Amino acid sequence: MADPIHQFQIKNIVTLGHAGAHEIAVTNSAIYMWVAVALTAILMIGGIGRAAVVPGRMQSIVESLYEFVATTVRNSAGTEGMKFFPFVFSLFMFVLVLNMLGMLPYGFTVTSHIIVTFCLAALVIGTVIIYGFYRHGFGFLRLFVPSGVPGWLLPLLVAVEIVSFVSRPISLSVRLFANMLAGHIALKIFAGFVVTLLTAGAWAVLSPLPLALAIALTALEFLVAALQAYVFATLTTIYLNDALHPGHH
Amino acid sequence: MSKDGTDRRNEGAGEQPATEADLAGRMKRLSAKLDAVHEAEARKTAAETARQAASGASSMGRAFRLSAEFIAGVAAGGLIGWSIDRVLGASPWGLIVFLMLGFLTGVYNVMRATGQLQVPSDKKDGAGQ
Repeated sequence: MADPIHQFQIKNIVTLGHAGAHEIAVTNSAIYMWVAVALTAILMIGGIGRAAVVPGRMQSIVESLYEFVATTVRNSAGTEGMKFFPFVFSLFMFVLVLNMLGMLPYGFTVTSHIIVTFCLAALVIGTVIIYGFYRHGFGFLRLFVPSGVPGWLLPLLVAVEIVSFVSRPISLSVRLFANMLAGHIALKIFAGFVVTLLTAGAWAVLSPLPLALAIALTALEFLVAALQAYVFATLTTIYLNDALHPGHH
Repeated sequence: MSKDGTDRRNEGAGEQPATEADLAGRMKRLSAKLDAVHEAEARKTAAETARQAASGASSMGRAFRLSAEFIAGVAAGGLIGWSIDRVLGASPWGLIVFLMLGFLTGVYNVMRATGQLQVPSDKKDGAGQ
């Protein structure tokens, strides 16, 4: 059976040079990221470039994407949070397009690498910390003091809140990475079962079963790909809301 | 609804000398308002069911979300403890204390994500929503 992990291998396409013992190269991962950025840019420029009162196909896609993310940001962080809209929208589009590119046959799923998702999550939390201190000074530390808690429990809960804050980038990145990785592995394994059963003589009668499951899983994976991009954007706005209003959360 | 409308119309005709056109206008305005309310209601419930379907469609997604919350709590605690040990040379006490806190945080995170935690001032829903 085909190796289900093989699809996540990083390959060097062009080696640019060496930094110490470390090789610096353009990998398939980097190329997929460039493609994602290019696709997003083409979609956006194509949709908004010829803005019409009655939107065409491209423009209505772009407008509905805008409305969708804008509603998410307004619901979670209020109108004040709209200053972060470009950030959230870029993240959403980047993750969404990368997830969808991963669904192409023979495609490579960039978001199934935890270092990529962790960098995105670190960017989010870095923004929260820097903006929080810039906006509120040390008042941002109120984030760690839950209100309405009896005094003797407060030191413990402050410690828990701090660890909880540190856990945010981890959970944000692990969630996206684990979903994409597990989904693609499951898909590959069930597809592999079809081939294995077909070559197993009389057992070939059973081969439509994993095939049906693989088809169902493909549909589920498309749902997960879109949903995880949405979840990433939603959690980003919730965390950014903490930077805007650290007192009451 | 139409029956109610005609009832009131008869009543109105009996009590007040309101013109037919007046009442018809009022009826029209009322029904327009009602339509708007119904439409808004329908849109709201549609959005709600869509959201529920999206989150309920994959129990796997929910499981991933909660397990990620828990694992992240433990991992964060371990990370903090390990770095405290590295920096202060307090090994193994930093790891012991913060791993415990990490487990606590994991449970806390999961409770917050599932909305089990009812902090009085908690205006917003849990982080996991």
